[in-house]
Amino acid sequence: MNRRDFLSLSVGTGAATILAACGSSGPSGGGTSGGEGAATYWSLSGLPGEPIRRAAIDRFNNANPDTRIEATFFQNDAYKQKIKTALGAGEGPSMIWSWGGGGLKSYVEAGQVQDLTEWFDQNTAVADKIFPSSFGAATVNGKIYAMPVESVTPIVLFYNKRVFEQVGVLPPQTYGDILDLIPAFNAKGIAPFSLGGQSRWTNMMWLELLLDRTAGSEVFDRVFAGEANAWSDPGVLDMLTKIQDLVKGNAFVKGFSSVTADSNADQALLYTGKAAMMLHGSWSYGIQKADGGDIVSSGALGYMNFPPVDGGKGDPSNTVGNPGQYLSISTKSTTAQQDIAKKFFSTTLIDDEEVKGWITSGNVPIIKGSDAQIASSPDADFLKVVYDMSSNAKIFAQSWDQALSPTAAETLLDNIAKLFQLQINPQQWVDAMNGVIGK
Amino acid sequence: MTVIAPPAARVQQPTTRSGGRGGSIMWMALPALLVFGAFGVIPLIGVLALSFTTWDGIGTIQPSGLASWGAALGDPALPHALLVTFEIMALSWLVQTPLSILIGVFIAARTRYRSVLAVLYFIPLLLSSTAISITYKALLDPNFGIGTGLGLDILNQDWLGEPRLAMGVLVFVVSWQFIPFHSLIYQGAVRQIPSSLYEASQIDGAGRLRQFFSITLPQLKYTIITSSTLMVVGSLTFFDLIYVLTAGGPGDATRALALEMYQTGFMANLMGPASVIAVILVLVGLLLAQLLRRLSGRGDESQLEGM
Repeated sequence: MNRRDFLSLSVGTGAATILAACGSSGPSGGGTSGGEGAATYWSLSGLPGEPIRRAAIDRFNNANPDTRIEATFFQNDAYKQKIKTALGAGEGPSMIWSWGGGGLKSYVEAGQVQDLTEWFDQNTAVADKIFPSSFGAATVNGKIYAMPVESVTPIVLFYNKRVFEQVGVLPPQTYGDILDLIPAFNAKGIAPFSLGGQSRWTNMMWLELLLDRTAGSEVFDRVFAGEANAWSDPGVLDMLTKIQDLVKGNAFVKGFSSVTADSNADQALLYTGKAAMMLHGSWSYGIQKADGGDIVSSGALGYMNFPPVDGGKGDPSNTVGNPGQYLSISTKSTTAQQDIAKKFFSTTLIDDEEVKGWITSGNVPIIKGSDAQIASSPDADFLKVVYDMSSNAKIFAQSWDQALSPTAAETLLDNIAKLFQLQINPQQWVDAMNGVIGK
Repeated sequence: MTVIAPPAARVQQPTTRSGGRGGSIMWMALPALLVFGAFGVIPLIGVLALSFTTWDGIGTIQPSGLASWGAALGDPALPHALLVTFEIMALSWLVQTPLSILIGVFIAARTRYRSVLAVLYFIPLLLSSTAISITYKALLDPNFGIGTGLGLDILNQDWLGEPRLAMGVLVFVVSWQFIPFHSLIYQGAVRQIPSSLYEASQIDGAGRLRQFFSITLPQLKYTIITSSTLMVVGSLTFFDLIYVLTAGGPGDATRALALEMYQTGFMANLMGPASVIAVILVLVGLLLAQLLRRLSGRGDESQLEGM
């Protein structure tokens, strides 16, 4: 044994000793197995999710004193990097939280997450409790690799009723109405639409809904399936032209490229009445309620599904957004950890407390039949709209940047930003996007 | 009583001692070398190796020869990012250098109020780039920023949404952050200039302006080169500031090389091409540093000849 081997060995055993010490001094210490068999769980910090996630873990740990889940929470953007690096280094958690879709697919391809198809076949009671449309983003090559959890967040068209009254106009019924409203609001010095353009995915919501309403959901399905030149559909060019017309027609708040969604400046524009409408994820309701003074309590916040486009092929009941959040089980975890995770999935994550937690936070849980509980919530009106939107949607499409692979998603967001900046024309956009199909 | 020092004592320099000193210096450099090796050279070799592979950051690393190099060099985003990098470099140098010299000269004078000013002025140096960016972003918000706060409509521009304005803001914030640092370097250098030079020029009838251009500036030559090297090479690594302030936008107007590397590697999961960009970044940095060293001329040349 040479000196270097000896050194690394002694350092290694040192570290192992420290780790062991940490394990046994954990809160669950004293049990026969100590902290050794604990399953780890990583997820996002911040409102509204973190307290509900913590409560679920606590419920599980209290109900199952001989096993244990250890949770760690990260900020949204930090998590995206952290989980990738950790999985790459083989240091990931036993339960991997994700948005499903393209990100999940890259974990599947790297052999990091377990196939849960068989487990769901055996546990039909679990599968039956969840919105069927939420399984799409958990499915890769016909196999289910994640459990849909938490809440469904479709994209909602929010509007400020006070501003509509002030200008003396009615909420839009069609896309044509929207086009008519733009000059009406601009004439009064009010921005028709708030938009946090620097965040890029905010702009993307416009493309998703406009494409669905004009050309139908099949166009993006073909892109998703990796069909060559799928973006060359005339419907896409039509949609992109509509977007640039909106930009040129001052549909979006002046300086929207300087506005970010992370600081909620786009939300503030709506509740301060500087903008009349905003297309945003349904979680926006909670932000408006918390920050927007009395806009929610006074009933001044309006909400609806994106209106149909005259002559458009898309089904007006279709919606886009996050059909759920997802938890996968790591292939690197031990059998004991996997058992803990599966028990957590089949008990705590679908119990009544979990449903209640999400409803109280102003979100529609992913669990079927929660409309009964929704009716007694103070936010019943909004939640009912979102519940109906989610459950009645013929197609609940996943956000493009989540559905596509990270490589294609980055190109997509980049080109969307350039499109809104009028830096490229629709044809250039299509060409750039065709270049990353299937990548 | 008179004591005459023995003249021989001054020249007694045992030759063995200088050799011993050289050895001890080697030992003193060892910790620094080890740290540099572990955190500088080894990762660099790793990045070079990665640039010949295909890797998504999670799966297995596949050797793929020159595929990543082809992909990275064939992407029009690379020359654009290089251009943006050089633009930021040139503009921030042009803004920072004259201002730093002037401020450095100003605070070099040993007057109390200037010392107080100097201390206050160094506050930006204590702040992190991220804190500065977040603050400026809030101030420059077109709807809720400083323009609305002060009621000055002229300040309500689309600061970070217009490509040229965004670049201007970026250069301004960089300068705001780093001018104090470079002023400090110039302050020290100005204080090193022998006052006899100024006294002599005063006798010859030179005014303040003439003194500045004929004595101060030439005497600062090496300091200018040092400070320029720091600025130029430093501007290659601007990441946090741009990332938080504009995230490379609007569009790709402020997407410098470091940002392009991050987005390729960590957002688009293309570690191979990202490593290629990293290698290019290192090469550009080395080349620039070398170029600036050449510009400084021979190191043994004296600025105080004849004094």
